[in-house]
Amino acid sequence: MSAGPATPRIPARIAGREAPAAPVPPAAPPPAPPPTPARMRAPLKPGRILLWAFGVLAILFLLAPVLAVLPLSFSAGSFLHYPLPGLSLRWYADFWSSDFWLPALWNSLRVGAAAALLAGVLGTLAAFGLWRWRFPGQAVVMAVLLAPMVVPAIIVAVALLLAFGPLGLTSSFTGLILGHAALGAPFVVVTVLAALQQFDATQLRAAAACGASPVRAFWRVCLPQIAPGVAAGAVFAFATSLDEVAVALFIAGPAQRTLPRQMFSGLNDSISLTIMAAAMVLVLISGLMLLAVTLLRRPR
Amino acid sequence: MAQGTNAPLKARLAAAALVAPLLLFLLGVFVLPIGAFLFRAVQEGEVAPVLPRTLAALSAWDGTAPPGEPAFAALVEDLREARARDQQAGGGGIARAAARLNADLPGFRSLLPMTARRVAQPFEGEARAAVLAISEEWGGIAPWGAIRRAGGPVSDFNLLAVLDLKRDATGSLATAPPDEAIFRAILWRTLWMGLLATLICLGVGYPLAWLIATAPPRAVPWLMAGVLLPFWTSLIVRTAAWMVLLQREGVVNAALGALQLTSGPLPLLFNRGAVLLAMVHILLPFMVLPIYASLKSLDWRLPRAAVSLGAAPALAFWRVTLPLSLPGVGAGCLLVFIQALGFYVTPALLGGANDQMLPYFVAFYASRTVNWGMAAALSCLILAAVAVILAVYGRLVGFSRMRAA
Repeated sequence: MSAGPATPRIPARIAGREAPAAPVPPAAPPPAPPPTPARMRAPLKPGRILLWAFGVLAILFLLAPVLAVLPLSFSAGSFLHYPLPGLSLRWYADFWSSDFWLPALWNSLRVGAAAALLAGVLGTLAAFGLWRWRFPGQAVVMAVLLAPMVVPAIIVAVALLLAFGPLGLTSSFTGLILGHAALGAPFVVVTVLAALQQFDATQLRAAAACGASPVRAFWRVCLPQIAPGVAAGAVFAFATSLDEVAVALFIAGPAQRTLPRQMFSGLNDSISLTIMAAAMVLVLISGLMLLAVTLLRRPR
Repeated sequence: MAQGTNAPLKARLAAAALVAPLLLFLLGVFVLPIGAFLFRAVQEGEVAPVLPRTLAALSAWDGTAPPGEPAFAALVEDLREARARDQQAGGGGIARAAARLNADLPGFRSLLPMTARRVAQPFEGEARAAVLAISEEWGGIAPWGAIRRAGGPVSDFNLLAVLDLKRDATGSLATAPPDEAIFRAILWRTLWMGLLATLICLGVGYPLAWLIATAPPRAVPWLMAGVLLPFWTSLIVRTAAWMVLLQREGVVNAALGALQLTSGPLPLLFNRGAVLLAMVHILLPFMVLPIYASLKSLDWRLPRAAVSLGAAPALAFWRVTLPLSLPGVGAGCLLVFIQALGFYVTPALLGGANDQMLPYFVAFYASRTVNWGMAAALSCLILAAVAVILAVYGRLVGFSRMRAA
């Protein structure tokens, strides 16, 4: 199983996979099998049990809070605690019929898809350029391309509010999409660079020798092979947009309210169980994205 | 990279052409907006257009004694002109200048408009006497010092203010009065919360990563799913979950009440513990995943060799396994700490008034009081902290080794 999208780790992990005959392929037993660490520590039975107990508790801590509150969205009552007075879909009906929840979901999906598309195209081109040719100042360019990952979103949000105001881009879908694409682009660059590490550049030369133009060689030879990486990068960009509150809070108008933004106002105001229904929707989308990335990352 | 540094010019141009769209895009919607925003931390544009002659008269003033008649005469002339301009064209120049000066010297918000209103009436004799008759405050050093400090075009006023420092009329530094000195405490709180979250994540995350890296292959996908599912779950959903769990009528209090463990609902929400709990919950996967990656790629024959050479398992861990996994630990700590410094949504929803961190005050100054200078200065503080952490990491671990993590 492949690990998730933590940022700088990706190139490496996939880079490690690039050489199938590497001395220590992590999951499969190596040719001259050194004992697995588990077996190595076999005599330390109590320690092992303690480690399992600790690990399971830690995972419970990670999973339990969200799993514990999601069933509340099926409540027939309006309390935020158990036992449920009965089961119903009234909060989902509320989500469906209200004036702002469903539009917020559509806004989120639209902005996320557009931002992922923009970040995906720009990020893939940039990653290919960075990988194919070395040029002076590459380290600086790389630092600029990855900077949105380390600058807190609230600073980006306020800066964009100031910059977009005079341009008429605040309270517009264009502005929100541009902001979210900037935040998502580094994830595309990192993921596509990782995918390119598995791609053998001699194929491009072979394509050129066969008379293909560089564009055609990229389109027909390289892109099909790195497509899973490109798609995974686009999913990360989509997830970044779908998770984003601060920029949406500052530069979106009432017509561009995204689902997280709507949840933020709801939580600030008074918590209704409709928020839990919205949370359920977001969790389902997150699950789909995790599934998509896991399938895309599976070694072929 | 596929080709070396000696790539022909054509190839370099091709690379530039491919990278340029994203680079220009990020320059336009990221680098330039942030640069322009941060510049507001030092920009002074409110006072100079309103009081140009006063500033000129104060340029040679030494700040040790109240200025003489020329400064008062210039002030009167400036205020008359500014008031006439405000009344003709609107614009509220005096009000904006007063708001900026009020940030330096409380009381200016009313002093300046009042003075402008009163000096608009013609008077006989010295300007100094007339202005002092309006308010004794003008007889002191402080208002003149504040005017000169705000004269611009740039000043360090906001940057000093977020460090609880200010300059007096002569230009020397002094600590801000206690009732204004809140920002050092907020900075320490932000760093402290980030450090605590990082340490707790490390303490919980390392054993968990170790377990996943050493678990039987059959169990790995399940353990991994336990880390990745929360990782992919939206931050706002996880924050909402904690809110519902911890609030007065929430799941935890209801359960405790039903078990008759508590006599009444506990105040679990809107405190620092709730913020820290949610921060650790949200950031833990960022610690586990890099450590897991570095443990997984580790050559397990090395600690085994140490043990077979007579090292106790604990010593083998301490001297061999742990150092080999340090790139993952470093990357995890970096990711967690940097993100903790930028946490806005979670503390805003789960914390009380005294649990807010620097990002909250950036948002506060940007949206509530519309003081861009302070919002920018606080942003500079956060970015400086991020830069220091990145630099320390670069020194200790190095970014090339991060790839290996």
